[in-house]
Amino acid sequence: MSDIALVRADGAVRRPAFLPALASVAAAAAWIGLSALVALPPDLGDFGFTRELAIGFAGFGALLLAAGFLHPGEAGLVRRIQGWSPWLVVLAGLLGLWELATAKRAWLPMPFFPPPQAILEVFVEDYARLADSVWHSLRLLAGGYALGALAGFTLGVAIGWSRNVGYWVHPVLRFVGPLPATAWLPLAFFVFPSSGAASTFLVALATGFPVTVLTWSGIAGVNKAYYDVARTLGAREGFLILKVAIPAALPHVFVGLFMGLGSSFAVLVVAEMLGVKAGLGWYLQWAQGWAAYANMYAALAVMALACSGLITLLFRVRDRLLSWQKGLVQW
Amino acid sequence: MVAGLIAPSRAPDSVPAGVPAPVRGAALSLRDVHHAFALRKAPLPVLDGVSFDVEPGAFVALLGPSGCGKSTLLRLVAGLEPPNEGRIAVDGAPLRGPHPSRGLVFQDPTLYPWRSVIGNVAVGPEARGRARAESGRVEEALALVGLSGFSDAFPHQLSGGMAQRVALARALVNAPPLLLLDEPLGKLDSLTRLTMQAELVRLWQDKGFTALLVTHDVEEALMLAQRILVFSDRPARIRADIACDRPYPRHREDPGVVADRRAILDLLGTA
Ligand SMILES: Nc1ncnc2c1ncn2[C@@H]1O[C@H](COP(=O)(O)OP(=O)(O)OP(=O)(O)O)[C@@H](O)[C@H]1O
Ligand SMILES: [Mg+2]
Repeated sequence: MSDIALVRADGAVRRPAFLPALASVAAAAAWIGLSALVALPPDLGDFGFTRELAIGFAGFGALLLAAGFLHPGEAGLVRRIQGWSPWLVVLAGLLGLWELATAKRAWLPMPFFPPPQAILEVFVEDYARLADSVWHSLRLLAGGYALGALAGFTLGVAIGWSRNVGYWVHPVLRFVGPLPATAWLPLAFFVFPSSGAASTFLVALATGFPVTVLTWSGIAGVNKAYYDVARTLGAREGFLILKVAIPAALPHVFVGLFMGLGSSFAVLVVAEMLGVKAGLGWYLQWAQGWAAYANMYAALAVMALACSGLITLLFRVRDRLLSWQKGLVQW
Repeated sequence: MVAGLIAPSRAPDSVPAGVPAPVRGAALSLRDVHHAFALRKAPLPVLDGVSFDVEPGAFVALLGPSGCGKSTLLRLVAGLEPPNEGRIAVDGAPLRGPHPSRGLVFQDPTLYPWRSVIGNVAVGPEARGRARAESGRVEEALALVGLSGFSDAFPHQLSGGMAQRVALARALVNAPPLLLLDEPLGKLDSLTRLTMQAELVRLWQDKGFTALLVTHDVEEALMLAQRILVFSDRPARIRADIACDRPYPRHREDPGVVADRRAILDLLGTA
């Protein structure tokens, strides 16, 4: 945006290239100030990673400063950093407030609200266990989600297409579907041979219901004229399902996949807390058991990042498949 | 095959390889066709004993007041719905559902929004499992309606008239012996409309299909058709069957055309 030339009333052309650079410099100043706040006043407790945190913040501030002096030109990253500058200033302010409220002034009760450096310490020292938990969670989620999405999609298409399937499945779906998947948890854990299998089933169940209902409503809502057109052109049933009904229903299917992903996260965490002794849910539980609150916050942060990343991924896939649609919701 | 994939020019005698020789038009016969829609209160009669025959290769226009049942008639002939009563036969055989040999250009373009323009035109060949073999015909049909430059556009990027032309190309690509046209030029501006009318006549003379054209525009019927059927108000029955065998190209100012036009408008006005 910074390269757009503004034409003033007197006809002179001015390039406002200095504005974003200034914002970037302000962000750099904020982060370097934050670094000073971490490094200079003494901590009220014994926190291991205060120095490292200060160095990290200062390093980030230096990067921002460099970005402020680079010409935005073609470099996408520099331009992006400059765009986020106002946010970065606010973020530095919030981190500073947190640092003050915990390590420097102890306005918040200590063991329950650890300072940022304690979180950094967790990331550095307990890195392996966190990574292992992420891996376990992702594996379980991927298996259950894929299973549930596939089953839900197939079932939704079948109900939407065939009156017969609809007759038999619809009542079951109406009766059982709205039950939260977590309600099955006690049953699942003794019916299935392993807690892993039980959790996969639960995640699949949580995913499957919204995907089924939305796929079904998508198929049922397809403009009937689309079928007439295809039939006059020589299409048979296979073509009508695969090349007309499904593409037309795809926007709905993605809403179902999105909702399914959300509820699968919830079930995953509960299943890990109660059954599977691995994954981020279990890590949270474990950290709480040992009053390791810093670990808990670290795990929460990782979880937020992972969930947000997965939803971003889903939206990317959707944008790619539905590029023909106007006015998509941006994530 | 490869050499003929792209139509090199639009001259009628340079037909690319892969395009079959002009098809013979199909013969159509309707006998005492009745049709009604079941509404909540009472059935709504739409067609009331419609009978007519169309010779192979003829160009017939259907004129009638709005809502009288013209689109319904075309849907029945396309085989999308069976008539409540009566017999419809194409080349002597009674209809059994839709068939690619009877193309229908719908009143609404109804393009598939998830398919590009070329993808929409290619639906016919794809549905018949001949997408590869007939890709040359797809390009040719698109060139015919003057949209070669838009093959990768999506329907939401087209104007209403362009969408209608895509719908026309989509029906033409199957080279049907019977082409049913439901106001295919309704949304075009008057200039494009004139060009497309001439194009339709040229196409019809070139390919030899039988054409059934529904239109609101009396002049359009007089410029294009060899025969005009005028329908009454709903339920539709045939009020007049007008032969119209002037040579093409025809001229709007032709005294005969002007006189016919007045006569048909009178007929419609008192319908
Ligand atoms: N699927 C349907 N169900 C119920 N009624 C219908 C249906 N399709 C059409 N009709 C009714 O049948 C009548 C004839 O409709 P049709 O679309 O054939 O008219 P038309 O002659 O093509 O009109 P126009 O020139 O405005 O397109 C109308 O009164 C319409 O309300
Ligand atoms: Mg109509």
